[in-house]
Amino acid sequence: MNIVFILAPLSLALGGCALAAFMWTLRSRQYEDPRGAAERILMDDSEEPG
Amino acid sequence: MAVTWDAASVPDMRAFVRREADGRASVELLVRGARCAACIAKIEKSVAALPGVTSARLNLSLGKLTVGLADGRADPARIIAALEGLGYEATLFEPGAARSERDREGRRLIIALAVAGFGAMNAMMFSVPLWAGLFGQELGPATRTLMMWLSGIVAAPCALYAGMPFFESAWRSLRVGRANMDVPISIGVILTLAISFSETLLNGRDAYFDAAVSLLFLLLIGRWLDHVLRGKARSAAADLLALQSPTATRIDGEGRERAIPLSDIRPGDRLRIRPGERIPVDGVLEDGASELDNSPLTGESAPEAVAAGAACRAGALNLTGLLTLRAAARPENSALAEIARLVEAGAQSRSRYVRLADKAAALYVPVVHATAALTFAGGWALGLGPREALIRAVAVLIVTCPCALGLAVPAVQVAASSRLFRRGVLVKSGAALERLAEVEHVVFDKTGVLTEGRPELLSADPAVVAAAAPLARASRHPLARAVARAAGPGPTAEQVVEHAGQGVEGVVDGRRARLGRAGFVGAAAGAEGETELWFAVEGGTPERLRFADRLRADAAATIAALKARGLTVEILSGDVPGAVEAVAGQVGVADWRAGLTPEQKAAAIDALSADRKVLMVGDGLNDAAALARAHAAIAPGSALEASQNASDIVLSGPELMTVVEAIEVARSARRVALENFSFSALYNVVAAPAAMLGFVNPFVAALAMSGSSLVVSLNAFRVGRSQ
Repeated sequence: MNIVFILAPLSLALGGCALAAFMWTLRSRQYEDPRGAAERILMDDSEEPG
Repeated sequence: MAVTWDAASVPDMRAFVRREADGRASVELLVRGARCAACIAKIEKSVAALPGVTSARLNLSLGKLTVGLADGRADPARIIAALEGLGYEATLFEPGAARSERDREGRRLIIALAVAGFGAMNAMMFSVPLWAGLFGQELGPATRTLMMWLSGIVAAPCALYAGMPFFESAWRSLRVGRANMDVPISIGVILTLAISFSETLLNGRDAYFDAAVSLLFLLLIGRWLDHVLRGKARSAAADLLALQSPTATRIDGEGRERAIPLSDIRPGDRLRIRPGERIPVDGVLEDGASELDNSPLTGESAPEAVAAGAACRAGALNLTGLLTLRAAARPENSALAEIARLVEAGAQSRSRYVRLADKAAALYVPVVHATAALTFAGGWALGLGPREALIRAVAVLIVTCPCALGLAVPAVQVAASSRLFRRGVLVKSGAALERLAEVEHVVFDKTGVLTEGRPELLSADPAVVAAAAPLARASRHPLARAVARAAGPGPTAEQVVEHAGQGVEGVVDGRRARLGRAGFVGAAAGAEGETELWFAVEGGTPERLRFADRLRADAAATIAALKARGLTVEILSGDVPGAVEAVAGQVGVADWRAGLTPEQKAAAIDALSADRKVLMVGDGLNDAAALARAHAAIAPGSALEASQNASDIVLSGPELMTVVEAIEVARSARRVALENFSFSALYNVVAAPAAMLGFVNPFVAALAMSGSSLVVSLNAFRVGRSQ
């Protein structure tokens, strides 16, 4: 039963990480242009022609 | 009649540049037509390469290009010119304060939703062993208390944080002496948390921590979806308005032109008004001759000829010549202001409308809270301990969960609004759908609603139209555009010269030709008040092209569809009786009134509203007051800002038939919402006695709560599908 004292905080910490990650995506404006993000992945970053 | 379009003197638009504190500046543009990665790359690279531009970022979802400028002196007109060179239409966009306010509200909701989601999932983790314990599985009292504490420590802070939007709304409503749906939600959540903590402290069995947070989680999903959808509809409506370019062109002391926001106009300013632009403010003409379309102001469709010295009113559309206007008032003091006051008065009466959910809450709150109180008092009197009696009372509050009730209407409105959004109907508020479902009488404005609201070529010799088309395509004049539209795509004339206020001249098939005013082409002027254009090839006889405002293609079908649904239809117009009678006859409406002033229109709506619910469909400034007074109001996307603001539903497409569709969906939404209420009522009738008799434990409560919410949400998807 003592395993609970490790597992419960561990799972809470994992959940907290997920929450923090979501807040980060929100703060870094990742939901403001979903269509643009889908298209931008197709863009070539290289500047040289051809 | 054509006009010079001097591309070299594109007006200066620096007023739209937003300056940051650190000396940098930025400007926002609405870009049409960008679709793919190639567009993004092309636009961002070319704009970023312009001198004075530090960065360019296109938001493809919103169609907004944010351009960073090295300093406030860079000119946005060059950016627009560059974009037009690439083949994209661009307009300066002024993000209002209201939008950033909504952004903040949305952010708050999504963070509350995330916290509630975290709380619900993790509290559930500790609740599952507790539920298992309820069915006799081995769970020692010490472990149970530990699980309850863990559950409470996770759930309580999350519930208090995520519940803030509800608590605040409930408090606001209680302060004005009313109870909205957020009152039972707040009481339920707070009492549930309190009783669960006391049970935990007293080593009891009944802790409902997970129920409190998951209730908030489900409700926040509904609320957030609703917010996002409204935001989308509002920003689409704002984009429509931005396309009407809310700018004026001021001529400064040295004769230079400069685009300024309407709010910056001062009395005495000299303003340049091109054909196709609106008069931004009351004033006196200094120079130029033209015809004005007063239909947005008065509903009159016949253009008024004006020359230097004439007084013009804000809102009129300049049809033909280049004008210089001396502003006589500030925009907020012009003819518009009178209309704005009427709109405000009307909007107040509409804000007294009590929404369906709040009506339900007014019934629900006293009944459920009295039942809970009765359970406590009755249980105690009948020999239960005060603690057991209180737990039963709280169980009543929890299972008669305001959850299904709280979702009953928002879920339906989200489903209905998103259906309408896809069809080009922008619903700006939830109450609008409820009011629209109740309408019995529909009032149409004529000009711009039943008719196209722009000059269209009347039946003419196809050979003449085809011959004039190459010249017409070279001009941006509204009448020339109508000719170009009638002729369809084709070649453009060569060596085109536009003569200000006269017409356009060029070479078609090797011969010189002219399109413009009668005098310019060499013909005698036609009848007074006719909108016309003359076309002649060198040495040939001049041909006359006549224009009129044409009926919308689906106007008659729309009226017939409304009548088939049991609605009565009427036309209220400011135009002359002859024109109104003709349109009324064509669309099959027997009731019509003509020659009404804006005040008379508003009064007519008031009189009609005495015994029935009225829907007003209008677009002009003369309709704004009537729109605000009607029970529900719809404006087409071409409507002026005041009218769009006075209506809570805007049509973004050209079809009038979407009015019928909006009414259908609104009625269906009302039906489904009422179904949801009856389901919730039925559920409460079963659940409340069970809770009073003590059959409800935390596991049953959690099941019942999510079950009823799920049924209500799934039922919402039926909106508009029943036909």
